[in-house]
Amino acid sequence: MDKAHKIFPLGDAAACIQWGQTIEESTSRKIISVYRQLRESPFPGLKDLVPAYCSLSIYYDPLQVRKAQSKEGTIYDFVCCKLEDAIALSSDESEDSKQVFRVPVCYEPEYGPDLESICNMKRLEREEFIRIHTDSVYRVYMVGFLPGFTYLGTLDDRIRVQRKDQPVLVEAGSIGLAGYQTGIYPFSSPGGWQIIGRTPLRFFEPYAEVPVRLQMGDQVKFYPITGLEMREWKLQAETESAN
Amino acid sequence: MSITIIRAGLFDSMQDQGRWGYGIWGINPGGVMDLCAAAAANMLVGNDRAQPVLEIHFPGPQILFNHPAIISITGADFSPTINEQPVPLWKPLLVQKNTLLQFPKLVSGAIAYFSVHGGFDIKPWLNSYSTNTRAMAGGLDGRCLRKGDEISFRVQNKFNCHLLQPDQFFKPLPWRTNLGQVYEFPHEMYIIKGNEWDCLTGTSQYDFLQDNFLIHPSSDRMGYMLKGQILQQTHAGEMVSSGVGFGTIQLLPGGQPIVLMADHQTAGGYPRLGHVISAHLPKLSQLRPSECIQFQLTDMDTAESLYAGLERDLHIMESACREQLNPYLSCPL
Repeated sequence: MDKAHKIFPLGDAAACIQWGQTIEESTSRKIISVYRQLRESPFPGLKDLVPAYCSLSIYYDPLQVRKAQSKEGTIYDFVCCKLEDAIALSSDESEDSKQVFRVPVCYEPEYGPDLESICNMKRLEREEFIRIHTDSVYRVYMVGFLPGFTYLGTLDDRIRVQRKDQPVLVEAGSIGLAGYQTGIYPFSSPGGWQIIGRTPLRFFEPYAEVPVRLQMGDQVKFYPITGLEMREWKLQAETESAN
Repeated sequence: MSITIIRAGLFDSMQDQGRWGYGIWGINPGGVMDLCAAAAANMLVGNDRAQPVLEIHFPGPQILFNHPAIISITGADFSPTINEQPVPLWKPLLVQKNTLLQFPKLVSGAIAYFSVHGGFDIKPWLNSYSTNTRAMAGGLDGRCLRKGDEISFRVQNKFNCHLLQPDQFFKPLPWRTNLGQVYEFPHEMYIIKGNEWDCLTGTSQYDFLQDNFLIHPSSDRMGYMLKGQILQQTHAGEMVSSGVGFGTIQLLPGGQPIVLMADHQTAGGYPRLGHVISAHLPKLSQLRPSECIQFQLTDMDTAESLYAGLERDLHIMESACREQLNPYLSCPL
């Protein structure tokens, strides 16, 4: 269970701890646990933490670290010691949130332009595809690359598809597929994922106390809505923001 | 106390030292590209380094001073003028009201910084003034400046008015910062080896360190796309997305590298060949499309010493600037 880790520099002001190169829930839990450990007892100079599928990147202010440094050697060496301490103190398994967050998705062609070609390729009926996509409970493995972009895994083998060769403009709320992952675009952006539907929910609200709706370790389940429901949701959201 | 944007530039944005601590939400730090020039701009006018500055890419904006101000312009030389009279860079200036600042011609560098004594009065988002244009938050309404924007500045101290004659548009104060050494050997970038360095074939490792790379015109605050010999990987395929930083050099699928800049995303799935050291990021930021870059491997000790040296110089400069400026300020408002 305790996969060996490796620490390496990301330049002279950041380091990365990596636990292998495979996507596993146990690794994800370990990362959350080390993240919390560093968050709760940060070393002086710690600026930011970026957890990912099987790594945690640590950004620091070298001069602040230097001030606190007691040992000889580089600032980076000292940071590595601090990270080893945090790993040693972290628990192997952090608790996942028990609550499953339900996300409405409209799979109609207007919102999921790539669904039909995926169904043809996979020889699946639309309904069958939707059933497979909505059956699983997904784990949020990471929020990143864009603010609030939510990476969910892992996808059922029957609906795995490759990324597009060329990115296209993707609308906010789009639900995409790429390999073993399904993800939610928080706002409109160029993207290479195959788009199968759209959610009327907003996943990034910059001025909310917590700007993102989902966080690493959360559980997610999709459920289908009709085009009419989609438009009603949107209308409601617009009225709310107008008030 | 305010300025008004008469004409917007290509990409005028409010930036500070970055928005740190929100990586877990996918929010990248952003912030100024050239930390040195931005710090100098603030120090020259007696501001704290954490104050926002206006980052200017060419073509720059036209800015009207609605009130007198103490300003400084640092970084790239876009031959700035006030009421068509050339103004010096890297110096504090007293500026008369109803005067117009312009940046008519690109002379050298890529990014200029403009700061005003007291600091721009904008609202922070998540503890930072930096503009995040993708999240549409931070800076001025999460966007670049537009024609007609009026930006207030906080003034802590007035300068002695008799220092400026009524017919004088501006007056440079008699000191400047000297950060020339930061920009020496402008094309030579020291790098620390990246974790995926070994994904390059031996020949490509050699090429990477020997070749001159040209900066592609599509480069921006997110990254500088490079063009050189096509680099070969020992094995193809993407890795699992993992953290990246300002200065990270990634190898794109076509075999060309990209250096991630201030607006880089939080994580990426391309091999990390190396990382430009912190002390060389200011000069890297000041390179323009079609200029060349050469990479040279260095060790952690050197990288850390160079950065410590740079910060030491900035620190000395900060206190010197304060002392110089004080006599020019009259009693607090």
